[in-house]
Amino acid sequence: MWKALKARLYQGYRTGNFPVKAPPALPERFAGRAEVDQEKCAEYKEVLAEVCPVKAISFSDGKISLDMGKCIFCRKCAEKCEGIRFGKEYRLAAMKREDLIVNNSYYTPPLPQDKSLAKLCGRSLKIRQVSAGGCAACELDFNVLNTLAWDMGRFGIQVVASPRHADCILVTGPVTKNMLLALKKTYEAAPRPVWVIACGACAVSGGLYEKSSQCEEKLEDILKVDLYIPGCPPHPSTILEGIMRLMGKGAGPENK
Amino acid sequence: MTMTYSQDFLFMENGTSVPLQNIPEMEFSLFRDKILSMMDICRTEAFFALPDGEKGRYDLFIILADAAKKGFLLAKSKVKDSFLSLTSSHASFNRFEREIMEKYPDLKAEAHPNAKPLRFPGKEQETGVMDYFTMQGDAVHEVAVGPVHAGVIEPGHFRFQCMGEKVYSLEISLGYQHRDLENMLVNGPAGAMRHLVETAAGDSSIAASINYSRIMESLCDIKADEEAEKTRQFALELERIANHIGDLGALAGDVAFLPTASFCGRIRGEYLNMTAELCGNRFGRNFVVPGGIRYGVDKEMAQKLLPKVKKVSRELWKALALMFNAPTCLDRFENTGRVSLETAKALGLTGMAARACGIKCDARKDFPVKEVVSAQCVYEEEFPFQPNGDVLSRALLRFYELKKSHEYLFRYLQELQNAPPCREESLPLKKETLALSVTESWRGELCHVAITDEAGRIQLYKIVDPSFHNWEGLAMALRDEEISHFPICNKSFNLSYCGHDL
Ligand code: SF4
Repeated sequence: MWKALKARLYQGYRTGNFPVKAPPALPERFAGRAEVDQEKCAEYKEVLAEVCPVKAISFSDGKISLDMGKCIFCRKCAEKCEGIRFGKEYRLAAMKREDLIVNNSYYTPPLPQDKSLAKLCGRSLKIRQVSAGGCAACELDFNVLNTLAWDMGRFGIQVVASPRHADCILVTGPVTKNMLLALKKTYEAAPRPVWVIACGACAVSGGLYEKSSQCEEKLEDILKVDLYIPGCPPHPSTILEGIMRLMGKGAGPENK
Repeated sequence: MTMTYSQDFLFMENGTSVPLQNIPEMEFSLFRDKILSMMDICRTEAFFALPDGEKGRYDLFIILADAAKKGFLLAKSKVKDSFLSLTSSHASFNRFEREIMEKYPDLKAEAHPNAKPLRFPGKEQETGVMDYFTMQGDAVHEVAVGPVHAGVIEPGHFRFQCMGEKVYSLEISLGYQHRDLENMLVNGPAGAMRHLVETAAGDSSIAASINYSRIMESLCDIKADEEAEKTRQFALELERIANHIGDLGALAGDVAFLPTASFCGRIRGEYLNMTAELCGNRFGRNFVVPGGIRYGVDKEMAQKLLPKVKKVSRELWKALALMFNAPTCLDRFENTGRVSLETAKALGLTGMAARACGIKCDARKDFPVKEVVSAQCVYEEEFPFQPNGDVLSRALLRFYELKKSHEYLFRYLQELQNAPPCREESLPLKKETLALSVTESWRGELCHVAITDEAGRIQLYKIVDPSFHNWEGLAMALRDEEISHFPICNKSFNLSYCGHDL
């Protein structure tokens, strides 16, 4: 026992300051929310539409828009055109799918209009995670929130094994045909009300697998999604900040 | 000594390509005999079919790994409608043949002893509904787990036949993660290809992108910068380290040894963050590209990473020492979930799981890529302990691999001058060519094969994840084991579902 205590003292207190006291420590090369300068993009239309591997960039009325829900943050577009920049804005989650479409450079993270989850589960949210074709990256970076570095338990967020105990289903992956039934059954098994979180580009929009013959139905066509978390995979701070925003705790600290 | 036919196969080094026409074609019964005669010295690296254009007609390709020769042996054979299964003679063909039959319903592996669905594509059969092996009797009970498991993990179905606490058989049925990945890679090169490959198994993105890049490099005749190549290997070792730490922590967690579980959970993150320093992404997405690396790494950056690695690794050794010195943990790990050396060989296990059974294999040593210096593997100095295929062996092996990987990290960070970034370009591919790359990912040999057609388009892109070989190993580890030991057996392998299902 002394050995364990000694080791414990040596390892020290390691829970990060995010999100209570500080924005997350992000790597230099982190790619956050995109900023779009319409003027600078004007002459790059064809190039941009061509270069994006997931067709996240589209045009209407002469304006370009970038869909963060599809984007896998490869930054190939930014390499071609300086009108697109990926900043350090990690607060990417949104409650409405339209809020993920970017066509300018201003942004404040949207707050939930529907306060039902905040009212009922604002201080205790039990999550059942379902991987439906996820490649394990989203799963791992959600799971990491359980480690002492992030410790989401201190905000009342907890992963549960049984859907019977769940307030919320967090889905990762493009929803393979082969997981459709299991996903529906898990959702049905949860007591009402139940909320749904789509975590990662695949769950939000199909991502890289939008055109796969084995992933036909999109999550948002199967279940009503209450929170969309973009990224491939989303950074743990993006996931945690999104969930906390949905819980009515306001937007996370700004990364200056 | 039995006679072998290695001279009848085409010999190929890792990371190279050959014109399709150079691959010797054999009549099927000869092809079959010759392959089987090689099984004492070779491992089944890949076995797949390529449609010939006409209904029911296929070219079967075999790729055998010959570690003694430091390369691969290739041959092909034309078949129509069916061929005599190899599985009944060597178990390592089991999944390959099931895959062929499922992918091409008009091609049958005759007399396959276990022709059950593998990934359940299409609609005919409900996923996971199949003819499981069962036992009869009053004292027998069956336990079914999944597809949705208790934790945050990918889906799969496990069917145990038990008598009391004891497991007699475990059958694993996968396919829930099937995304049709290999078909999506055909007809390229397309812009999404590298990204798709990186998500084949999200925890092995770097190994996958190294394979993809090597294949493209050899198909386009380009070469990566030397320092960039070293940096790729650095990223690969970071990936190995992060995953091994995660697994050791998870093993500690499963035997309720919480200090190591929580220390490792945090320390793993530190290594993921180092990967993110390289490219912005914790899983190394968009870092390794054909021609080199997408974001440069210079001396200054290496000097910044060096003290971090020093500090974190010290914390790591202490966290692990605590577990490996705790009798409560050792008692649970030792002699649990044993896979014998013979079984491991028969199943064609690979990587860490195979080494833990005593097989001396490691692609970093067995299949070197020309002019690439990889990290050293554990078996170069003989195993530092007696591996016997149990959970403890798999845990200890991870520990020693962590040591070796750190040696590489330190050497790299001290020696690096400047690894320049490189732009990804689309160049024409060689026509009617087969390219092959095998990388020792943290789980084991990850094999990618690409074949181009007469227009230089990708006609086939085959991915063989180490899990494809090793799932059967987990099933065997559970035989005669207590069912309560399933979690630690499972964690000790930690196999990929999506890498298998593709
Ligand atoms: S960064 Fe996003 S929008 Fe830009 S090319 Fe990549 S996927 Fe498309």
